Amino acid sequence: MSDTRQAARYTEYHPRWYRPRVSTWWWLGRWPYLKFILREISSVFVAWFVVVLLQQIRALSRGPEAYAAFERWLQNPLIVLLNLITLFFVVFHAITWFNVAASAMAIRFHGKRVPDLLIVGTNYAAWAAISLVVAWFLVRS
Amino acid sequence: MAKQSNEPALWALFSAGGVMAAFVIPVHLFLLGLAFPLGWIPAPGYEYLHSFVRLPLTRLYLFVLCFLALFHWAHRFRYTLYDGLQIKHLNELIFFCCYGGAILGTVWAGYLLWNFR
Repeated sequence: MSDTRQAARYTEYHPRWYRPRVSTWWWLGRWPYLKFILREISSVFVAWFVVVLLQQIRALSRGPEAYAAFERWLQNPLIVLLNLITLFFVVFHAITWFNVAASAMAIRFHGKRVPDLLIVGTNYAAWAAISLVVAWFLVRS
Repeated sequence: MAKQSNEPALWALFSAGGVMAAFVIPVHLFLLGLAFPLGWIPAPGYEYLHSFVRLPLTRLYLFVLCFLALFHWAHRFRYTLYDGLQIKHLNELIFFCCYGGAILGTVWAGYLLWNFR
């Protein structure tokens, strides 16, 4: 943040130099760029999930009728479609997050670096275990 | 205004939120948004969910989930706007809208969960 701000403030008084204009759509050209932007956009869907969750909590707090209305709202085809897209993005977020976990936390054990595959594998195993625990609490027929 | 010293704290929240979101949101969303409404898996009843959310531990979990996920969104979305759309001239506005939104959402979550009956 501060770097970009400083730079922006600095360039205001800097003589004009040659800087080719980068298109707003620069990220559409190549798959790695597009992947970067898709990963960043996943945050919007994380926020959408929080909105749905808070609606659920509010409906639960208001009583059975309010909750039945909330459940009907979830069955609206547009909401289902939006949630399907959201699922794609949150899974994309999870996969990209776990895959860089090895680079983000270089763990050493007895002076040797723990292999990347082990760290990433542990993350995926924890993901599966946590998902099962959450499902165990929520799936009650 | 945004001082240099804010950045590590905001990044830590982004990172914690990223971990939280990656581990629990896919399963929550799959069940709540698809499997239950479409009838793939029987949905939990009102009574069960209501008494479950009343437990203090559940409410603490839900609050932490909302809080971290929202700050994760705020940080990442801020940079999406900066880098993706290159609207750096609106830095201040974006900063306040993103973190302001996250703070509002967190307060909303705290209000709902604190007053949950």
